[in-house]
Amino acid sequence: MSGGVSNSAQQVAAGRAHAPHTSMFFRMLMRAAVLRRGRAASALFAMVVAAAVTTAMMNLYVDVQAKLRREFRNYGANIVVVSKDGNSLPADALARIESVLGGKGVVAPFALLVARTGDGQPIVVVGTDFDRVKQLDRWWSVSSWPASSHQALVGVRALPVVSPKNGPFDLEFQGHTIHLTAAGTVRTGAAEDSRVYLSLVDFVAWSGVQLSTIEVAATGSPEEISAIMQQIGGAIPKAEVRPVRQIMEGEARVLGKTRATLLAAAGLIILTAALCVLSTLMGWVFDRRRDFAIMKALGASDRLLNGFFAAEAAALGATGALIGFVIGIGIAAWIGRVNFHAPVVPRFSVLPFVLAGSIAVTLLSAIVPIALLRRVQPAVILRGE
Amino acid sequence: MFLRIVYESFRRQKRRKLLAGAAITLGVTVATAMIAVATDIGDKINRELRTIGANLLVTPQEDTLDVEIGGVNLKPPTDGAFLNESDLPKIKGTFWHNNITAFAPMLPVNVALQRDGQTQQVTLLGTYFSKRVVFGKEEFKTGVRTTHPWWKVSGAWPEDSSRDVLVGERLATRLSLHAGDEVALSGRTLRVSGILSTGSSEDGEVVAPLGLAQEILGKPGAVRRVYVSALTKPEDALGRRDPKSMSGPVYDRWYCSPYPQSIAFQLQEAIPHSHAEQIRQVAQNEGAVLTRIEGLIFLITLAALFASALAVSAAMATAIFERRAEVGLMKALGAGKLAVASVFFAEATLLALIGGMVGFVAGGLLARQIGRSIFDSQITIPPVLFPVILAIAVMVTFAGSAAAIRKAVGLDPVFALRGEL
Repeated sequence: MSGGVSNSAQQVAAGRAHAPHTSMFFRMLMRAAVLRRGRAASALFAMVVAAAVTTAMMNLYVDVQAKLRREFRNYGANIVVVSKDGNSLPADALARIESVLGGKGVVAPFALLVARTGDGQPIVVVGTDFDRVKQLDRWWSVSSWPASSHQALVGVRALPVVSPKNGPFDLEFQGHTIHLTAAGTVRTGAAEDSRVYLSLVDFVAWSGVQLSTIEVAATGSPEEISAIMQQIGGAIPKAEVRPVRQIMEGEARVLGKTRATLLAAAGLIILTAALCVLSTLMGWVFDRRRDFAIMKALGASDRLLNGFFAAEAAALGATGALIGFVIGIGIAAWIGRVNFHAPVVPRFSVLPFVLAGSIAVTLLSAIVPIALLRRVQPAVILRGE
Repeated sequence: MFLRIVYESFRRQKRRKLLAGAAITLGVTVATAMIAVATDIGDKINRELRTIGANLLVTPQEDTLDVEIGGVNLKPPTDGAFLNESDLPKIKGTFWHNNITAFAPMLPVNVALQRDGQTQQVTLLGTYFSKRVVFGKEEFKTGVRTTHPWWKVSGAWPEDSSRDVLVGERLATRLSLHAGDEVALSGRTLRVSGILSTGSSEDGEVVAPLGLAQEILGKPGAVRRVYVSALTKPEDALGRRDPKSMSGPVYDRWYCSPYPQSIAFQLQEAIPHSHAEQIRQVAQNEGAVLTRIEGLIFLITLAALFASALAVSAAMATAIFERRAEVGLMKALGAGKLAVASVFFAEATLLALIGGMVGFVAGGLLARQIGRSIFDSQITIPPVLFPVILAIAVMVTFAGSAAAIRKAVGLDPVFALRGEL
């Protein structure tokens, strides 16, 4: 008799285990979330925060380099194109370099010569394009940029030499004289301070000397920049293309250190967030040992129980990761705007990593307590011992 | 009785206390390490930015214009004024001498180079490579190896007291010179110790110890200009103001802040007849980069603090939630809300203090490790941070426990004991 009862109970249990009611499974998942919404919400909250912080850090880590590189382009040119052996560059050199760059950088032309001032002193005169220089050499402290032809930009140290009385002045080169007025002064603390700058049109019309140097500030990674240098060399075979090592090496060093710091910080933050989720979720699952015991007492198989808790954890992980991803993108964009005055572009390639990581952490934090509970008799748990 | 409850709680629930304590320790460790890194990152990045080159230039006050094209200086070498080499150690006597990482004097001289029966005019640049300079009791090494770290030499750097020279890469290729060869320069035969590559005008020049250049020029002690590399603070509205227009206290504040302008001003005071100016390309941009990186690390530190606060809170909430039955028992025996709450708060404080102390030490070690592996220099935590970190740990633990304690205090003992909540 008793054997029959246990027999039929086993049959029922086996039947249930082998033909799980899908609707029941989902109902249990839903009810677990709704009935214990306080605990479920706190677990979800921890998951969301962890996913958000992780997303933000991963987004920043990828984007900060590009942002800082742009910051470094304020240092000016990182590539210099000069003519070989004193020849001048071809007339369309500037256009050729611009087509290589495709908008990813700033280019400025320079032509140099030594002229004589009114009282016969030698001075370096440079012909250039002021609009381009304004973008390339942002550190130039200029009182007022020349606006029309025959206006010059005079270095602060050159000014007393060329125009002691602050009036118009003449410069002479190989018998040709040009009459100029100083539109303003330039101060850089370097060689520019002792030079006179003219527009390239005035310069060529006066002296006939063609441009000899083109400075290029190209944005991109070191590999991209060396590719650009090769392409420029191919486009203008007569020119010598040189990297400005001073700027490139300093940039690489500072960027490398910043990246390493960021990586260390991201690692620490992600670890903390993961551990936070782990402890909250383990507490949550452990707390539901009575549910576990009842299900087991009613005949649920180990497989079903594992599946149930794993599905619950995975659902929580996925939901938390999705919400956290959106918030994290927001945080990254906010940091970008506050600190770099440009939004960080959301990177959806980060999503799979965040999703997989979140689900892995939640599964881990569900499996550990279940493995502990499985060894305990349901009766012991139900009696609250 | 109160103390006994707390004591027994720690003695009997070692595992749980260890778990909560571990969470607090981890949180404080991360927070301490990040705060230490954030407070020091400005200085560290500033030092890295110095690899872009000197940010200040000292020239003689009465100098004539430089006439330089493509690295060839057309100014007659004896023309214009000079600085005195013996004044240079005084740079280390200025108010901000600790911020001055290095300086390098330069003296360009036009020389005749004979090679294969041909003579050509080249520029010889005299400088310090890594020279020992003494000021007062202080002894330090300075020169282009620190101020111009992108200069690369294949072969060996010359000794500052030697008569060896470096030959620029382009010049060496043109003359097919190699390290170890000898060159005839203005009637002297000198040994080439290495080939120099800089990516700029020095590639077409000869670089020699300063003493040799002075001897060739025939002006002992002469220096044309000095590059100074200094750790500066990003310039702000005060930094840009003209010191002449400032009143006493404002002037003092300006003078005692390491702005590029105020350090230039002090260099001018230290070296007679000199004019010091910031090299704007380096000095201006360095401030911008520094501000960005500091801001970034600051915001990330906030995120780290937030994450660790959350970890601590979560651990405390779980720890308290698991002890509902205990609360029920205490209340059933007649304990008031205050008594129950104070037991939990006392436990939380104790945990926070222990976790805070261990975490502070661990965080310090972690910061030091980060400093050593990333920046090759120590990140030290100011001891002032200790009470601050401890206070933060206690506050975060309290805040994290507060919600859980409030819930525990409000429990009905009957339900709590039957485990129905």
